[in-house]
Amino acid sequence: MVLELKKARPVWQIMFSTHHTDVGLMYLIFSILAMFIGGAMAIALRVELFAPGAQLIEDSMSFNRLFTTHGTTMIFLFLLPSASAVGNYLVPIMVRYKDMAYPKLNAIAFWMIPPAAVLVWLGMADFGWYANPPYSVISSPAPAAEMWIFGLKVLGVSSILGSINFVVTILKCKHPDLSIGKVPLLAWSFLSSSIIVLAAMPTFAAALLMLLTDRLGATGFFNPAVGGDPIAYQHLFWFTFHPEVYVLVIPAIGMMYEIIPRFSRRPIFSQGSGIFAFVMLSLVAFASWAHHMYATGMTFTEKTVFMIGTLAAVPASAMHVFNFLATMWNGRIKFATPMMWAVGGIALFFAAGAGGVVNSAMPLDFITHDSYWVVGHFHLFVFGTIAFGTIGFIYYLFPYVTGRMYNEKWGVVHFILVFVGACITFFTQHILGLYGMPRRIYDYPEIDSWIQMNALISVGAMIMLVGMGIFLANLIYSSAKGKPANLHDPFGLGGKYYYPYEQRNPHH
Amino acid sequence: MGHSNWPEWIYVAVVIALLCYVGAEAWNIENLVEHVPEDAEVIKVTGQQWFWSFEHEDGTKEVGELHLKKDHAYKFEITSKDVNHNFNIHEYVVLLDAVPGQINTVWFSPNEAGEFDIQCREYCGLIHYNMRATLIVEDV
Ligand code: HEM
Ligand SMILES: [Cu+2]
Ligand SMILES: [Cu+2]
Repeated sequence: MVLELKKARPVWQIMFSTHHTDVGLMYLIFSILAMFIGGAMAIALRVELFAPGAQLIEDSMSFNRLFTTHGTTMIFLFLLPSASAVGNYLVPIMVRYKDMAYPKLNAIAFWMIPPAAVLVWLGMADFGWYANPPYSVISSPAPAAEMWIFGLKVLGVSSILGSINFVVTILKCKHPDLSIGKVPLLAWSFLSSSIIVLAAMPTFAAALLMLLTDRLGATGFFNPAVGGDPIAYQHLFWFTFHPEVYVLVIPAIGMMYEIIPRFSRRPIFSQGSGIFAFVMLSLVAFASWAHHMYATGMTFTEKTVFMIGTLAAVPASAMHVFNFLATMWNGRIKFATPMMWAVGGIALFFAAGAGGVVNSAMPLDFITHDSYWVVGHFHLFVFGTIAFGTIGFIYYLFPYVTGRMYNEKWGVVHFILVFVGACITFFTQHILGLYGMPRRIYDYPEIDSWIQMNALISVGAMIMLVGMGIFLANLIYSSAKGKPANLHDPFGLGGKYYYPYEQRNPHH
Repeated sequence: MGHSNWPEWIYVAVVIALLCYVGAEAWNIENLVEHVPEDAEVIKVTGQQWFWSFEHEDGTKEVGELHLKKDHAYKFEITSKDVNHNFNIHEYVVLLDAVPGQINTVWFSPNEAGEFDIQCREYCGLIHYNMRATLIVEDV
C-alpha cells in the first residue's frame, strides 16, 4: 500500500484505478478537501454569531443555507468518505486478501460522491441537515431542495455499495487461516458499521423519495394540508440517522483500536470485549431513534421506551473506553501525534457520552432539546471523537501513503490548538444551551450571558482554525519535502510491533 | 468472550447501575410533571411563520404577548398553521413542538411575577431567529 505519492504516477492512472489503495487515496483526498470546505462554512457561521447584529452574513437565508450545507458536508462528504478511505486501505490487508471483493463497484461507489457533492454545494438547501417537513415540502426554495434530495439519494446508494463491499470482503474473502475472532478490531468496526448501513439506509432512501414526490405535489405523505403526517418523516429519518451516528463513530473507535495498543506497546487488553461491544452497539443502535422526538408530543410510554433503548447503548460504549484505558495501563506509551489525537478523542468521547445521557433522560431533554446544548453534544462526538480519531489516523497513515514523515512538532502544535479550541467551543455551547439559546438562529437578542458565551465559542473556533491551517501546511509540505520515513518503524516504537503494510495479523 | 476479568465486570456493573438510577429518576420526574392539575386553564397557542398567537378560555386573543396570573395552573394546547415550530418558555422548562394538524399539550404554573421570553426552538425558516414573544406574569 505504500508510496503512492513517491513513485510519481500520472493522476489519471490513480483516478481510473480500481485498486483498493488507489480508491482509498481518492477517498482520503476528497474527504480532506470536504473537511476544509465544511470548516470554512463553520468559520463563517461563527464569525456571524460572534456578536448580535449582522457581522458577516447579510441575511438569514444565507445563514440558513450555510448551516445546512455545513452539516451535510461534514457528515456525508467528510466523515463517511474518510472512514471509507481508512477501510479501503486496511480492511483487505487485515483480512489478507488482494483487494476489496468487488473492485469496480468500489471505484463506482467513490465516483458517485463528487457529483453528489456538487449538487449539495451548488444547491445550498436551507432546511437543516434533517430536512423536516412540512418546511421542506411547502417552504423550502427550489431548486436547492431538489438538488439536496438528489445529492443525498446518490450518497445513500454510494454508502450502501461501499458497505456491501466491506461485508463481503470481510466475511467471504478473509484468509481461511484467519478466524473471524482474530480479525483485527479495525476490520470488525467496518463489518459492524457496514451492517448498520445496510439495515438503516433504505428507510431514508424511501423517505427521500416521498419527500420529493410531496414537493412535486404528486403525493402528500408528509403534508398535513392534504392529510399527511409530518411526524412520520421524523420517524423514518431518525430510524436511519440515529444508527448512522454509530456508523460514524464505530470506525473511529476502530482506528483508535489500531493506534492505542501500538503506541502503548502492548496488545489490546481484550479483543473479545471489543468485538462484543461492536456487536452490541450495532444491535441497540436501532432501539433509540425517537429520543430525537421527545418534544413532538409523544406519549409518556413512547418516551419511556425510547429512553430505555437509548440508555441501553451506553454500556457498550463504556466498554470501549475501558478497553482503551486498560490497554494503556502500565504500557510504555509513546505520545507521538497519532496517539495524542486518539487519547484526546477518548477523553472527549467520555464527556460527550455523559452529555448524551442527560439528553436521553426525558425531563432533562426538555431543557436541552434544540438548544446549543445539542449542538455542543453532537460536536463533541462528530468532531471531538470521530474527527479526532480520523485526524490521528491520517497522521498514522501518512508515512505509509507518502513514504515520508510529517513534521512531528507541528503535529503536536496542531493537536494542542484543536484540543483547546474544541474544549472552549463545545463545552461552552453546552452551557449556552442551558441558558436557553436555540440552535439554528442567525441572530440573537442582547442578553449578556449569550453575548459573552457566543464570543467565547467563536474564539475557540478561531483557535481550531489556526490549528487546521497548520495541519494543511504540514500535509502539503511534508508529502513533498518531508524526511523519508523508515517504513519498518516510522514511529520508532521498537520494530517488533505490527504495522499494517506488513500484512501480518497483529494478534500473532 | 476472551479473557474478560473482574475489573471490567465491576466497571460495567457500575455503569449499568448508574444508568438504571438515571432512568428511574427520569421516569419518576416525568410522571410527576405530566400530571395536569384539574383546574388548569386552557390557553390555545398557535405558531405560524413567524409569530405566536394565544387564545384564552374566555375567548380573549393576544399576539406576541401572553398575560397570565401568578400561581395559576395553565394548560397550553399548541398547534401550528404552517410548518413545525417549537413553543418554548425556557425559564419554566415549557417546551413542545407546534405541529400542523396536531394539538400537543403541556402545562405549567408560573410562580414568579415578571416578564419572560417566549421563543421558537424548532427551525422554521427565514425569521426563525426572531420568532419571539413575551410572557407577562401578573401578581393578583
Ligand atoms: C456515538 C456517537 C454519537 C453521535 C455521533 C451523536 C450525534 C448526535 C447528533 C448529530 C444529534 C443531533 C441531531 C440533530 O438534532 O440535528 C444528537 C442528539 C442526541 N443524542 Fe447523540 N450522538 C452520539 C451518541 C449519543 C449517546 C451515547 C447518547 C445517549 C446516551 C445520545 C443521545 C442523544 C439524544 C437524546 C439526542 C437528542 C437531543 C435533542 O435533540 O434534544 N447520543 N446526537
Ligand atoms: Cu440519536
Ligand atoms: Cu422557528
